[in-house]
Amino acid sequence: MTQPKQDAPAVGSLTGTKLAALRSERLIFRDLDFHLAPGGVVVLKGPNGSGKSTLLRMVAGFLEPAEGTLVWSDRPAEDEEESRLTRICYLGHLDAVKPVFTVRENVAFWARLSGLTDEQRIDAALSRFALDGLSDQPARFLSAGQKRRAALARLGVTDAPLWLLDEPTVSLDKASVAALGSLIAEHCGRGGMAMIATHIDLGLAQYRELDLSVFAGKVAA
Amino acid sequence: MTGFFSLVRRDVLLAMRQGGAGTMAVVFFVIAVTLFPLGVGPEIDVLRRISSGVIWVAALLSCLLSLDRLFQADFEDGSLDLMALSPLPLWALVLGKCLAHWITTNLPLIIVAPVLAILLNMPAAGFPALLGAMVLGTPALSLIGAIGASLTVAQRRGGVLLSLLVLPLYVPVIIFGAGAVDAVVGGYSAAPYLMILGAMTLFAVVLSPIASAGALKLALA
Repeated sequence: MTQPKQDAPAVGSLTGTKLAALRSERLIFRDLDFHLAPGGVVVLKGPNGSGKSTLLRMVAGFLEPAEGTLVWSDRPAEDEEESRLTRICYLGHLDAVKPVFTVRENVAFWARLSGLTDEQRIDAALSRFALDGLSDQPARFLSAGQKRRAALARLGVTDAPLWLLDEPTVSLDKASVAALGSLIAEHCGRGGMAMIATHIDLGLAQYRELDLSVFAGKVAA
Repeated sequence: MTGFFSLVRRDVLLAMRQGGAGTMAVVFFVIAVTLFPLGVGPEIDVLRRISSGVIWVAALLSCLLSLDRLFQADFEDGSLDLMALSPLPLWALVLGKCLAHWITTNLPLIIVAPVLAILLNMPAAGFPALLGAMVLGTPALSLIGAIGASLTVAQRRGGVLLSLLVLPLYVPVIIFGAGAVDAVVGGYSAAPYLMILGAMTLFAVVLSPIASAGALKLALA
């Protein structure tokens, strides 16, 4: 077992009620409800522009819902800010990989920033995505897929119970997609949750689909 | 706290590896100051009188040179998203980035300043006051600059706008910074000037991270 043991993230469930998103006067979606219980995965589907990224950024707290609420079952809504900082690991379109740092330095920084200094865990996260051979390479020499893997390796060094993944499989090869799938499955096995925008089958045993085109709003006047 | 120092360490390392900002600011500083004797003429008395002012103006402009990248690089590659979601609060992040900016940009300026003071024939008595004023005053430059940098982070060419926003706010720093040297040369004590500079820095330490964090939040939405 390469993954060092972690504390099971004991948290409540996250519920979004009647969420609506506005982007420069344009209504992206509305009346969107979702429920994420420990161990659950929600896969976001929908055509381009249907608001998958917007929803993820909303759950991550970058974007205020135009309407509706996002509440953790075990915390009052006022603590939302604090819950967010300790409970969410967000992985967006951008890799956030610094070209002048080595792969290991990149991953290690994100680990330390969240207060994690376990070197073994960083190594485990790297080998998880077959990056051990590349760990001392400056990231500017990496291919797009390898950079993506370096970004994904961050998932191995976070204790956040909720993962928000925005198109995590872009430019990944089959083996890496499988590695990602098994990592997510393990995370959920420990009681973690994930919300994933993807069009690719990650090989997850059970998940719920949320089709965003159902909640598409009309263009506001 | 680990998170804070790992952020500072990372930013300093990043600046050193990229070799850009810090060296560029120092070279600009030296060139800008050397231009004055060429433009004003080599009269020793004139140079002596304007020396502290020239050094302060040049230091301020060199500092400005690297400010536009303070948050922008991290904003563009997605790092800022992740930092905003780290357990480190946004204001602490701003503070850490300012500290790193001060170490990589302003500290080298302070080190070269005495050499340039000799070049401009500043009386030896003014040296301690110049160094003291720079040590106390330049952190305020980084901190106030951070407000401008976070306001313009999403702008493609925010550099000029940043200067327009920030330069007027630098006025008090330059008045008391240059004043400290003039006071000592004129036979007075520099203490009141240094105290006011210290007060401005303390003021900026408290206020600028809050203002800057607010602006960053808007940029990430």
